Amino acid sequence: MGFLDTLLGRTKPVQPNLDVLFQLPSAAVTLEAATGFTPTGTGSVCFRPVEGRAFADVEQDVRELLDLSGAKSGSLPVEVTRDSYGFTWLVSSHLSTELEDLVTDLHAVNSALADNGFGPQLLCTLIAFRDDAQRRLALVYLFKRGTFYPFAPLPGERRDSALELQVKGVLEGDLKIEQDLSRWFPVWGAPGL
Amino acid sequence: MVARTRYAPDRGLTVRMGLTMFLLGLVFVAFVAAIIGISVVLKASDGAIIFFAVVLGGGLAIGSLFYSDKIALSTAGAQLVTPQQAPQLHGIVDRVCALADMPKPRVAISPTDLPNAFATGRNTKNSVLCVTDGLQRRLTPEELEGVIAHELSHVAHKDVMVMTVASFLAIIAGLMIRFAFYGELFGGGGRRGGNNSNGNQGALPILLIIMGVSIVVYAISFLLIRLLSRYRELAADRSGALLTGQPSALASALQKVSGSIARIPTKDLRAAEPLNAFFFVPALSPQRQAQSVLSNLLSTHPPLEKRLAQLAKISQQLGQR
Repeated sequence: MGFLDTLLGRTKPVQPNLDVLFQLPSAAVTLEAATGFTPTGTGSVCFRPVEGRAFADVEQDVRELLDLSGAKSGSLPVEVTRDSYGFTWLVSSHLSTELEDLVTDLHAVNSALADNGFGPQLLCTLIAFRDDAQRRLALVYLFKRGTFYPFAPLPGERRDSALELQVKGVLEGDLKIEQDLSRWFPVWGAPGL
Repeated sequence: MVARTRYAPDRGLTVRMGLTMFLLGLVFVAFVAAIIGISVVLKASDGAIIFFAVVLGGGLAIGSLFYSDKIALSTAGAQLVTPQQAPQLHGIVDRVCALADMPKPRVAISPTDLPNAFATGRNTKNSVLCVTDGLQRRLTPEELEGVIAHELSHVAHKDVMVMTVASFLAIIAGLMIRFAFYGELFGGGGRRGGNNSNGNQGALPILLIIMGVSIVVYAISFLLIRLLSRYRELAADRSGALLTGQPSALASALQKVSGSIARIPTKDLRAAEPLNAFFFVPALSPQRQAQSVLSNLLSTHPPLEKRLAQLAKISQQLGQR
């Protein structure tokens, strides 16, 4: 934000960075080789709904679009949930081998919102992973920063920080990992994780 | 391709705010010129007064800038809380910060029943966001999020810095009034009684003139600072509403909070008054204030109706296809 914008108190909403998502499939290969975590095939997009008709219409369009592409490939329909913070999660479920399709779906949601002027409402995209011991891990993509961070929840709202830092080290070459650890905010109870 | 944006800047507000700051600067320059002019024309040796006022005023301003977070927290009796102590509150702040792409401030809770919130700190890295117990109890999560987005917009706009710089002039003018007053009481009086033939005849009128000029400058800059504060509030409402996309939630929070503040006993109110400029709503009944033009001119926050009207307009803009 520029000096003048600060002085005059006119913050502009931040536009998201969308295309980085397509780096995920190759990063997933690296992750599996190093740690044994594989994609579950589930991913979600989290955004803050805007009041009024315009946003409701766009949201409806996005849902129909995803259901249509889902019906073609035979995957499950998208699931829509509202979390306790008032954010909407669109969950797309594919087979665990179809990470490319999942990323394409998620990208479609993101670009549909951004093209209609609701890009600043996008919070994060989340891709779920799991290892043989059934430990859970998510890669969270922060739209506004254009960076990823790992999130590994343990029962009782605790985080497996050691695992998160390990994943950070593994993926540093493949993805732009968020370096400011204070931005790694927890997404407890995120749908699809 | 440039992404489509629904962000519509409010040019009127920007122009009015710019004009207010320009006028403040103008008054400052006129004040300095007047003081220097008086001293030079009358060949006075009262430079010490001016020097002390500027040094002390500068010290006060820098001190309040650097310690604003600590001062505000201790005045409000607030405690910093960890994510474990207040998971819901931290969750909201995390999300709003991620939407706005700004660093997360420290989070504090003040154990009073007065429903209010403030954010302070000289820059985004050193900022503190504080909400009261009363606010958390009265508002829904969406409304609380609206209030937090409003406060974080204050942080993003560096309002503590802007208002401190704006108040610098008033601080100096206020100190000059005081110095000139005491100078006349003790210094001037002593000199007059002790030694009349020493060419010090000019001392009394000069002090009086300096005091007069300072009083005028103080009054004008005080009104301009209050005007600026009201514009900053409107700007924060606006940015906060656009950030969450829910102007109506913020409007409903405003309505709830100003309604219940009017019913809180006065003992709490007096304790909270020094913090008014950084509060979400002033800790005085807006219903009472809205009555007279004078109290509108002196208030740090715009009247409730004006804030609600702006939010309604934003809601309409967001709903357009």
